[in-house]
Amino acid sequence: MTTMTDRKLTMQKAIAEGIAQEMAVDPSVFVMGEDVGVYGGIFGATEGLLDKYGPERVIDTPISETGFIGAAVGAAINGMRPIVELMFVDFFGVCMDQIYNNMAKIHYFSGGNIKVPAVLTTAVGGGYSDAGQHSQTLWGLFAHLPGLKVVVPSSAYDAKGLMISAIRDDNPVMYMFHKGALGLGWMVNNPHATGPVPEESYTVPIGKARVAREGTDVTIVTVGLSVHKALDAAALLEADGVSAEIIDLRSLVPLDREAIVASVQKTHRLLVVDEDYQSFGMSGEVITTAVQGAFDYLDAPPVRVATPDIPIPYSHPLETWTLPSVDRIVAAVTEMVSG
Amino acid sequence: MDIPKAHLVDMYETMVRIRRFEERIRELYFADKLPAFDIAAGLIPGEMHLAAGQEPVAVGMRPHLHPGDAITATHRPHHVAIAQGVDLNKMAAEIFGRETGLGQGKGGHMHLFSVEPNFGCSGIIGEGMPVAVGAAMAFKARGTGNIALSYFGEGAANQGAFHESLNLAALWKLPVVFICEDNAYAISVPKASSTAIPDNSDRASAYGIPGVLVPENDPVAVYEVMGAAMDRARRGDGPSLIEIKTDRLWGHFEGDADAYRSDEFKEDMNVRDPLVAFGKRLVEEGVLSEAEQAAIKEKEYATVEAAIDFALASPYPAPEAALNHVFA
Repeated sequence: MTTMTDRKLTMQKAIAEGIAQEMAVDPSVFVMGEDVGVYGGIFGATEGLLDKYGPERVIDTPISETGFIGAAVGAAINGMRPIVELMFVDFFGVCMDQIYNNMAKIHYFSGGNIKVPAVLTTAVGGGYSDAGQHSQTLWGLFAHLPGLKVVVPSSAYDAKGLMISAIRDDNPVMYMFHKGALGLGWMVNNPHATGPVPEESYTVPIGKARVAREGTDVTIVTVGLSVHKALDAAALLEADGVSAEIIDLRSLVPLDREAIVASVQKTHRLLVVDEDYQSFGMSGEVITTAVQGAFDYLDAPPVRVATPDIPIPYSHPLETWTLPSVDRIVAAVTEMVSG
Repeated sequence: MDIPKAHLVDMYETMVRIRRFEERIRELYFADKLPAFDIAAGLIPGEMHLAAGQEPVAVGMRPHLHPGDAITATHRPHHVAIAQGVDLNKMAAEIFGRETGLGQGKGGHMHLFSVEPNFGCSGIIGEGMPVAVGAAMAFKARGTGNIALSYFGEGAANQGAFHESLNLAALWKLPVVFICEDNAYAISVPKASSTAIPDNSDRASAYGIPGVLVPENDPVAVYEVMGAAMDRARRGDGPSLIEIKTDRLWGHFEGDADAYRSDEFKEDMNVRDPLVAFGKRLVEEGVLSEAEQAAIKEKEYATVEAAIDFALASPYPAPEAALNHVFA
């Protein structure tokens, strides 16, 4: 672990700092994607890198995701460690073959002889009326496909440490940052998006969940921006005498099943908050894990607060109703503990 | 022919090796699937796409290759893999699903990967093209002096990946040679029914790079064109697009009734068999006598038999080994 620090960064700046520090120590690391250079990434994940490392290592690409994500695969198997950005995860439709049929499978097909150390960064999530092609999270979809690690940071500290781990990982890593958790000045204000970040380089292991809040009455398992909503909900629940424990998964693959089971064994209740679509996804997987590992401990059926199985709607009241919210979390927990 | 004799001999030997490998795989593929064809049965289950007739597109680049050069090939990959020098024993073992295979039985004949030589292929049309672009980026960044070759069929030239890859390679002046193996049919669909212009090599002009058509299925012609394109890439002058008119002598996959090609087309194709034609030419030009060619055949057939014997003598992987190698 690292030294304590008073320095606070937004998650966006923490990500960019993590990349910059790895580029400084490893010449094989380079960045490419749409608007990652001059612009610094539409969501700032590559801010300042072009000035530091130049256009040979921070490469603005054409709008050509199949081309440049496939190129990241080729570079990764030939001695480089590319960080390649898919601007919005929603855009995966134009390049999915390169991600799930190629990037994710070459190591397996090669019997372990070839490694694909690529990081695929992508912005996820809604809450700002960007409608159904720019607001999805889709992490469950990628987690479903064997061969990809799927990382979703929720704090500035984790964002930097997980980024450095992702770059050093010999596997393809999907690094999904929630737009609402980045602390961008032009997004919905979010005090949780800023936090202490040590200046020095450090790693956060991929596959270890974090107890974001300790509690005794109910376990809330979640990821990404929903961690922040769960924290706000837990503060309200505390005032009502309900103590919620929050597990921030930090990655879907690998999934820290032990952390889920241990917490449910302690609290005897489970709520999963998932901004992804409800069916066939993360929430079902977490609940299965709890049922298999802590069945005898459960005092109530597990519950989930997720995005219903509808496209993300545009209009503010429609979207607000659709996505997981503090109110929905409080209501779900209240009903569970009173039952 | 203003080509070193050693290169001509090497290309002939390699063509013989490829053809024999494909013939033996074909025999063994069908041996335990008849009388009723069952694709899942036998020593080699699954789809099998063989490249007999397409040897020239593979062997013509061979004398110009350097160690470390990357090649991405297609779902019909054996000729290119053999020409690059992928370990024939391990390749055969992979096709037979054995533990000693290139991928320990995980990939099969459409997913052959080798570190040295630097080879990969894919069952998805056009998938390897961006990968070759990325390999070239890596070589350029690392200053290795290597180049990447990307093989694809004429059917792939209508995929987005083709155009995206050419644009990126041209834009960034990368050391890649794109090689279109035009065997005239994308499974059953003739090129004229799929492609708006006669020659894909003309599409190079859209990206400001050289586009060269090799109109004959001839290793010498391929040798010369590939030599120039590979030198150009290695010099740092950027990518080229080569289109080679070649022949797929057999069906798209083994078991394909091949009814979409006329008897006349198939007859003409067999008459111009590139292995036969090249052999005759080498005799005529005094490069290799018939006796010398017979000796080459004997040697290459033995090499292929040894690879197949190695494969057949190798154990299958333990079933639960399926769980290995998802992650590094």
